[in-house]
Amino acid sequence: MDDFTSLFSEFDVLGAFWTNIQLTFFAAIFALVVGTVLAVMRISPVPSLRWAGSTYVTLIRNTPLTVIIVFCVLGLWGQLGITLSSDFQRNFFWLSVLGLTVYHAAFVCEALRSGVNTVPVGQAEAARAIGLDFAASARLIILPQAFRGAVAPLGNVLIALTKNSTVAAAGSVAETSGLLRTMIENRPDLILAIFFIFAFGFVLIVVPIGLATTSLSRRLAVAR
Amino acid sequence: MSGSVLFDAPGPRARRRMVWINIAATVVVAGIAVYALVLLDRKGQLDGDLWQPLFTANAWENYFLPGLRQTLVAAGLSIVTSGLFGIVFGLGRLSASRTVRVVSGGVVEFFRAVPVLIMMVFFYMAIPQLDLVSPKDLPLVAVVLGLTLYNGSVFAELVRSGVHNLPRGQREAALAIGLRRPQSLRLVEVPQAVIAMLPAIASQLVVILKDTALGAIITYPELLAAARRFGSGNGNILQALLVAAVVFIVINWLLTRLAEALAGRVGRRTAGKARAEAPSMAVTAGVED
Repeated sequence: MDDFTSLFSEFDVLGAFWTNIQLTFFAAIFALVVGTVLAVMRISPVPSLRWAGSTYVTLIRNTPLTVIIVFCVLGLWGQLGITLSSDFQRNFFWLSVLGLTVYHAAFVCEALRSGVNTVPVGQAEAARAIGLDFAASARLIILPQAFRGAVAPLGNVLIALTKNSTVAAAGSVAETSGLLRTMIENRPDLILAIFFIFAFGFVLIVVPIGLATTSLSRRLAVAR
Repeated sequence: MSGSVLFDAPGPRARRRMVWINIAATVVVAGIAVYALVLLDRKGQLDGDLWQPLFTANAWENYFLPGLRQTLVAAGLSIVTSGLFGIVFGLGRLSASRTVRVVSGGVVEFFRAVPVLIMMVFFYMAIPQLDLVSPKDLPLVAVVLGLTLYNGSVFAELVRSGVHNLPRGQREAALAIGLRRPQSLRLVEVPQAVIAMLPAIASQLVVILKDTALGAIITYPELLAAARRFGSGNGNILQALLVAAVVFIVINWLLTRLAEALAGRVGRRTAGKARAEAPSMAVTAGVED
């Protein structure tokens, strides 16, 4: 037991989890914004915007997240010299946030589109019938209901994003999967305890998100 | 997705306006692309010297094709082992014994919540202590184990929700002709559930293939790792990564099309409801239905 508690004093376990939470937090906000724009583009009457939106989603959805994050760090920073922060370590953090955002925006877009599909056609027809144009019917009728219908899939995206924040290890960010490795190297005798600290850490973060979004999606569901 | 109910069939004025909006949007989208190309050119990234090595025999014979082979090996092994894991624990969750149900449920929920990379790193560090696997095979074994535990759990959920979505008459009929519960499950319900879930399973293959790229982090020499090695050797990392991305996109896009085609066909083969899901993220937790 002393060994176990010494793990926490010897290594900054909570700090590593805090990094993952920060990565998740910023990427979630940016991905929600970008994903919403993409979803509006994909249901809009303008063919070129629809095409651009669906091309983005098809390309990004089929690319491994690891490739995108490696691209952000080795390509954007290493080759093109793009820096997002003057602090050396912080720069990797923001480049990883960028990679996570680019990747998950495609899935936010898909989640919102599945939300749009839960809105009955009659709603759109009624919106058109009372004279609303596309922008007004999207803003006032379709999207508010689509967001409520998309809470569960959006929750799944958030859970995926939480777990995928570990891939920032490929972008040289000091987070949990990197610390897991360091800790096992230093304390190979406690290998199982170390694994379960990290595994249960993620269970503790992920399960409440799942429960919260499930109950929220029930409460917000539009009764039909 | 037609989206056509969201806006009227355009009249002459709306159509003219639409043409202008369309042109403006095209200009903006194309403008962004051109601007990116100009920036790349200014950095010298469009030089032929950086692109030409990608089309040599050396690049493909020594880097990209061996990398792709390792990617496919890891994905292929993981698909087989995840399938077995999924069937075993899917049946476990449907078992008549409460203990088996609870244990299987716990295992499935646990492995769906833990990031795949955490599991891969753990196995990569833990297996040498057991001295069971030669160091040469270590990264592959770690990749396959990590992918199996996560994707096997997803498959187990697919089996379970597939059986739940079957019409009740299927089981009633099986019991009526004298089969026992386990026999009904094994001979009637699960085979139909798996057929109904084929499109979703095909979509999950995209996830497995994408996640093999995590192997690069634990020194497995798959496609991404090969592209990195080639790119840093030739000073064209941007271009090499682009090749890896294109290869992944093409294979995954074909798998997605397969999933869609399957969804159209299997509907007639089973009493269950077939559904194709969009290829999901590396991870999807939470009950799907």
